[in-house]
Amino acid sequence: MNLLMNQTLTRLARAAVVAAGALVANVAGANAGVELLPFTADSGNTASVQRGARNFMAYCSGCHSLKYLRYNRMAEDLNIPDDVLKKNLMFTSDKAGDPIKVAMPAASEQWFGRVPPDLSLETRARGANWVYTYLLSFYLDESRPLGVNNTVLVGASMPHVLWELQGWQKKAEHKAEGEHGGEHHGGSAFEKVTEGSLKPAEYEAFVGDLVNFLDYASEPGKQARISLGLKVMLYLFGLLVLTYLLKKEFWRDVH
Amino acid sequence: MAITPNPYKTTGALGWIDDRFPLTKMWKEHLSEYYAPKNFNFWYFFGSLALLVLVNQLLTGIFLTMHYKPGAETAFDSVEYIMRDVPWGNVIRYMHSTGASAFFVVVFMHMFRGLMYGSYQKPRELIWVFGALIFLVLMAEAFCGYVLPWGNMSYWGAAVIINLFGTIPFIGPDLVVWIQGDFVPSDATLNRLFSIHVIALPFVLVGLVVAHILALHEVGSNNPDGVEIKKNKDPATGIPKDGIPFHPYYTVKDLVGVAGFLIIFCAVIFFMPDGGGYFLEAPNFTPASQTNTPEHITPAWYFGTYYAMLRATPSFAGTQIWGVIVMGAAVVILFFVPWLDKSKVKSIRYKGVLSKTALGIFAVNFVVLNYYGLQPPSALVQLVSQIGTVIYFAFFLLMPWYSAAETTKPVPDRVTE
Repeated sequence: MNLLMNQTLTRLARAAVVAAGALVANVAGANAGVELLPFTADSGNTASVQRGARNFMAYCSGCHSLKYLRYNRMAEDLNIPDDVLKKNLMFTSDKAGDPIKVAMPAASEQWFGRVPPDLSLETRARGANWVYTYLLSFYLDESRPLGVNNTVLVGASMPHVLWELQGWQKKAEHKAEGEHGGEHHGGSAFEKVTEGSLKPAEYEAFVGDLVNFLDYASEPGKQARISLGLKVMLYLFGLLVLTYLLKKEFWRDVH
Repeated sequence: MAITPNPYKTTGALGWIDDRFPLTKMWKEHLSEYYAPKNFNFWYFFGSLALLVLVNQLLTGIFLTMHYKPGAETAFDSVEYIMRDVPWGNVIRYMHSTGASAFFVVVFMHMFRGLMYGSYQKPRELIWVFGALIFLVLMAEAFCGYVLPWGNMSYWGAAVIINLFGTIPFIGPDLVVWIQGDFVPSDATLNRLFSIHVIALPFVLVGLVVAHILALHEVGSNNPDGVEIKKNKDPATGIPKDGIPFHPYYTVKDLVGVAGFLIIFCAVIFFMPDGGGYFLEAPNFTPASQTNTPEHITPAWYFGTYYAMLRATPSFAGTQIWGVIVMGAAVVILFFVPWLDKSKVKSIRYKGVLSKTALGIFAVNFVVLNYYGLQPPSALVQLVSQIGTVIYFAFFLLMPWYSAAETTKPVPDRVTE
């Protein structure tokens, strides 16, 4: 019965909150027991982040905003010239100082069942490897309204936007029974149904670029912070030596 | 009327001030003629480091407050505004968020030092009591600050903690509404926690720190040997033979501690500000949502030990208040330490095997409890937390017995090297 304490406290809090509205136990950050693919985002790889920005604008920005990121900030950080920015990347706004919003009307909730979430902080909220695995884990599932499901986010309302690139895949037969079994993922979990325009390795690189871009978008100041940090470290190690010598000098007469 | 000439015979601008304000007097009393034992070791860095972190929190807090917008609709956005659009905003925010965790690390070390060397024993009981009050206020301050970014864990953490008051018989449910200013954590709750975080508690905290230091300087610092240096004064000067002026000796020594601390502190700020998900939790990058409960609600890492005790306590007689009482008692019991320790000696160096063993077990147990307090509930977590809770209280409640029963070693007259 002691185990109940935590649950009871949570329930207590939840009950109070629920008093105001209906509760949907939507577990954020869950990966449905699927092991995530190892992927470490590198927002310092500018070429990759640039490709990711292009990919995002072409495939994602129709539905997903990056409301905390401004076009001109992105252009500045990623060394994107103004004309390239305006011609190739800005589809939803004509002012470079605007944040990256969506073109889609608010009525989209009726199309997908929920408004596509803003992705500004997605990699920090769920982890870059979650997003990476998610984009590789769409599979055909006739029981879903759009005919597609995702092993990482079961019942995802998002269609497989990148199907032209990846092609269609279905769950591998021998794995199908253990949906929550924490099975290993990747090549063995899916079987190709139709080929996409990209080879599997190319598609993985495509998604990698996209996730690197999202990692950049989640904290545009990250690379500047890291490079500043190295200088700070250098200074502090110098300071440590100096203060140590100072201390030794002052303490020479203490016996 | 001012004393002219002042006893320090200072002249010029300083003399003018000294005739009217005890500037030189304070400088001498608290720095240049405050005689501290010469045998401070590693553990004595954490007092000045706690002060450093406090100043860090106050200064970065001032700048954050300039840009942060309290309010359920604005808080989350304004934090991202600070992170992205405010010049140096991300560094200042990370200094503040990392500073909160650093504060607890430093304070835990500082408190452990006190327990090790009996720094709470007569005549330093009040220093310890002020310190325990600082710890209590610090926990409240950290909780309020944790809620302010209005991320989803902020929100649900606030809901769980505030609802602890709901376990109080009769008035509980009404009390929760009164605290929240609403039926659920909401805009009203966020605004009052902001007010408490930036005005009320920092004010109390600084006052307590002043009292803590004044009490310390009144009786003088303890040391790793637990020897009273004032008992051995140079007859000619009246200066303790084992004492050295705090300034410049300990100011320069503490600078080494500051540099060492800053290396670790800045490494976190610049290279891993999330602290592996412990200093900034992943769910807090999602805005607060009444309908979206995080999978596993945990408090901030520094509350792990006390949260473990809360969860470990079974509910009976139809109420969970026992867990809240146990958690509260775990903090309140700290105040009684000066009177629970019946040992003839202060320092662990001269205490017997019982005290040494007890303190060792207590320290390990504190860390274990902290770890298990952050794990998702399971039978194992429950069992370990319960055993840990018993050990935690046994350390304090059995102290009058084991500290008096053991054979202690003779304490030297003078401090050792």
